[in-house]
Amino acid sequence: MHALKIEDALLTVAYIVSSTLFILSLRGLSSQVTARRGNAYGLIGMGVAIVATLMHSQVNAYANLLIALVVGSGIGALMAARVAMTAMPELVALLHSFVGLAAVLVGYASYLGGHGADEDGRAILLTEIFIDVFIGALTFTGSIVAFLKLRGSLSGKPLLLPGRHALNLAMCVASVGLGVAFASAPETTGLTWLLIMSAIAGVLGVHLVVAIGGADMPVVVSMLNSYSGWTASAAGFMLSNDLLIVTGALVGSSGAILSYIMCRAMNRSIWNVIFGGFGADPAPGSAKPTGPAPEGEVRETSLEETASALAGAREVIFVPGYGMAVARAQHAVQQITDTLRQRGVQVRFAIHPVAGRLPGHMNVLLAEANVPYDVVLEMDEINHDFSRTDVVLVIGANDIVNPSAQTDTSSPIYGMPVLEVWKSSRVVVLKRSRGAGYAGVDNPLFYHENARMLLGDAKQTMDNLLGRLRELG
Amino acid sequence: MKLGVLRETHPGERRVAATPDSVRKLIELGFEVHVEQSAGAAASYDDAAYRAAGAHVAESAAATVQGAAVVLKLRAPTDVEVDRLEAGTTLISFLWPAQNPALVERLAARGVTALAMDRIPRTTRAQKMDALSSTANLVGYRAVVEAAAQYGSFFTQQITAAGKVPPAKVLIIGAGVAGLAAIGTARGLGAVVRAFDTRAAVREQVQSLGAEFLEVNLAEDGDGGGGYAKEMSPAFIEAEMALFMEQAKQVDVVITTALIPGKRAPILWPKTHVEAMKPGSVVIDLAAEQGGNCEVTRADEVVVHNGVKVVGYTDYASRLATTASNLYATNLVHLLTDLGGAAQWDVNLEDEILRGATVIKGGEVLPPPPPVQPSPQGAAKPAAAAPAATPAPPKPAAAPSKSHGGGHAPAPEAPGSGVVPAAIGLALAALWVWLRFQSGGEVASPATTTFLQHLTVFVLACFVGWQVVWNVTAALHTPLMSVTNAISGIILLGGMLQAKGDPLSPATLLGTAAILFAVINVAGGFLVTQRMLKMFRK
Repeated sequence: MHALKIEDALLTVAYIVSSTLFILSLRGLSSQVTARRGNAYGLIGMGVAIVATLMHSQVNAYANLLIALVVGSGIGALMAARVAMTAMPELVALLHSFVGLAAVLVGYASYLGGHGADEDGRAILLTEIFIDVFIGALTFTGSIVAFLKLRGSLSGKPLLLPGRHALNLAMCVASVGLGVAFASAPETTGLTWLLIMSAIAGVLGVHLVVAIGGADMPVVVSMLNSYSGWTASAAGFMLSNDLLIVTGALVGSSGAILSYIMCRAMNRSIWNVIFGGFGADPAPGSAKPTGPAPEGEVRETSLEETASALAGAREVIFVPGYGMAVARAQHAVQQITDTLRQRGVQVRFAIHPVAGRLPGHMNVLLAEANVPYDVVLEMDEINHDFSRTDVVLVIGANDIVNPSAQTDTSSPIYGMPVLEVWKSSRVVVLKRSRGAGYAGVDNPLFYHENARMLLGDAKQTMDNLLGRLRELG
Repeated sequence: MKLGVLRETHPGERRVAATPDSVRKLIELGFEVHVEQSAGAAASYDDAAYRAAGAHVAESAAATVQGAAVVLKLRAPTDVEVDRLEAGTTLISFLWPAQNPALVERLAARGVTALAMDRIPRTTRAQKMDALSSTANLVGYRAVVEAAAQYGSFFTQQITAAGKVPPAKVLIIGAGVAGLAAIGTARGLGAVVRAFDTRAAVREQVQSLGAEFLEVNLAEDGDGGGGYAKEMSPAFIEAEMALFMEQAKQVDVVITTALIPGKRAPILWPKTHVEAMKPGSVVIDLAAEQGGNCEVTRADEVVVHNGVKVVGYTDYASRLATTASNLYATNLVHLLTDLGGAAQWDVNLEDEILRGATVIKGGEVLPPPPPVQPSPQGAAKPAAAAPAATPAPPKPAAAPSKSHGGGHAPAPEAPGSGVVPAAIGLALAALWVWLRFQSGGEVASPATTTFLQHLTVFVLACFVGWQVVWNVTAALHTPLMSVTNAISGIILLGGMLQAKGDPLSPATLLGTAAILFAVINVAGGFLVTQRMLKMFRK
């Protein structure tokens, strides 16, 4: 080891402070009370890191830096201020792609920027650059596809090419081969190999994500979150920067945990997801009706009936799903909640882990509409309460309340934990049409004798329902 | 595996620990069920019904217990009952070990395993076995029904041809499980209900049931944490007494529910208050067995003082024997399910609930369990203790901690727990082999040294991240993603370190572009998180 220069030592100290602040930042999110402080810690940590790096003598292209920082934060702030809460999944996916892109760019810059290490060091460095660019490119294109799918610009249906696993494997093997060629190329002549590999990694990213159905987007988004973390870590190895390594590892684990939670909520294995193997089993993504159609008939109900049922109930549980997000009905739902609570009806919300297109998406929407967070409960907390609930109102959710997940072994979603809404005295399902859910699976709940359908756009129906409730006084 | 259900011998006790329905479920769990003769008679379950459900009816308590691996009861066993138990048997009933040290010793001496239903932790997962809450609920209901029977008028307002009858005014002190049940029942009968509790957190629950929440004009929250109310200051108690005095002149029915586990109940309704009430009013004192919240109360009696009826019954749950037995039996079935049923019977002390309930294992007295994590955010925690309180005579208790909004238990087990460590181990082994045979020479090159240092940091950071993120509450997963998004923009440091020298060299330009994209991420991520978090409110 050679002795540290003082300015390097200073930088290291600043980085320790930043890493600690980032850890505290994640810790802050353990409860709603401390969450804002957590975010502030993160912000301060980032500030410390940037300022400390700026003060280092190695950084001197100030004009470039200034332009990039100002323009970048301007764009970021604008996006953050403009985004609707319902569009949060898109924003998150897009931001992931930026991390991937930045990692690729840093990788190239570091390759072209020269490196006078010895033979052994050079091999390690080149390998690190290669890995960094590979994960970065994969994250970048994968996130772009996820973004387009979430926006609806690309179809939500999974695209399953024949022999897709062999294809993925071939691409990985080719990348490894290119890596060997790259690491042995002198000077910067390996650039060609690096470019080809980036293209392959990009295609791989696209391919992995297009194969995944729209209903599984929460997993994809958290997976990409994880990848973006590992990218940052790889960049840290490449640049010998511990702060990047630590931060990347934090983000990477966070994404991995979220993916795991989502997988568990859908009864899938994590490996199945990591290798993008959603097509391997009859996934809910593939729209194929299975089994005999449930018997009985679907009974519709009216606004009046629903309003008086709600007003006369003691306990009501709302089960919001993606339909509520799409129709932006959360404010109407909140007003109905208020009206009912004033009448002495106990209203709570049951949130399935994969409701919406992002982990915790429903919580954010309800919070936006000023629903107090202590009446918003997770599946495990509320599932056993349905049997003593008078009315359950399902707002634009389908697969997460499908009883065949528990009863029908042939169902593609068999084994997935669901909200047991059918145990309550009355279920009212708000739905746009009689069609099947995202998973393309028929829902026996609709034929259940205590279930009633209320057809129409969620927002409009909720507004009208609110009107009726107020008429009741 | 034989399971015995004993008849309750306590005088006046009509409940029983198993019903024909629960017997069916017990048989499904693989038990061979023996029920003592006429065990359920007082609760309207006759022996024929048990036989029809598949149970054997045993002639005597001794025959029920003989050779039984599990014995179910409701009340704590008497000395005679204890002495009948065989070593190795598991007894499940209410035990109140803290109040009955002699009983615990006696049981331990018999070499049995004993689980106390009163010691089931009040967590979300344990709610289905929480017999204290299910009992308290019944008690609250029955208290109102008893009050209605004693009270000489309607509860609801009536306008008849013969004139108008005003509604009864009911005051409920302590909004725990029993208190809340009483509020709901009294509201259901049409009374005007007011409730008092020292903990501001229950105000919303009281109001949600349609009652008025009374408050003392003195800012002091009685929430002592962990679901218990704390001792209040003298100034507060004085103000509280004044408030009660004012109420005493107005209300027709008072129901008091304040208990302190293991201690005499606090006096909240002194003689002066009883005397201030209108003749014909009713006081229902749910703490009668612990000395009573009302100074006039005598346990198991109705005392008429100054024309006010003060009811000190202690057997409300037993007065609803059929349903009380049914709920208790269901609590037991859930507990036995968690114990693994007959097939996988295991008193697993690693399990938080079973550890909490187990008082004695194999004749050895276990120390009291560590307190289970308290309910978060003081959201919903009806509680026991002075002067606000809860539930069920004769059982002092805290109430269910519904973990609202927060309390995501840290996941103990990692996904694919075997696979991940194995993969890491394999990678490290490969690294070792490579270092051992590839690099050659005695001294590691500087690059290798640096790499290993970074690897150390990386692995440790992964573990830190893993631990920290499991504690993030599910409701905040979206903010978690956006905040991790923002901090992964740290990659902009990489760009900064490349942007050096000639501002137009390819490396610098690439670095600048990297900074640009990363900064969008940082700014966008933090700001949008801030926006979201601002919206979360209680």
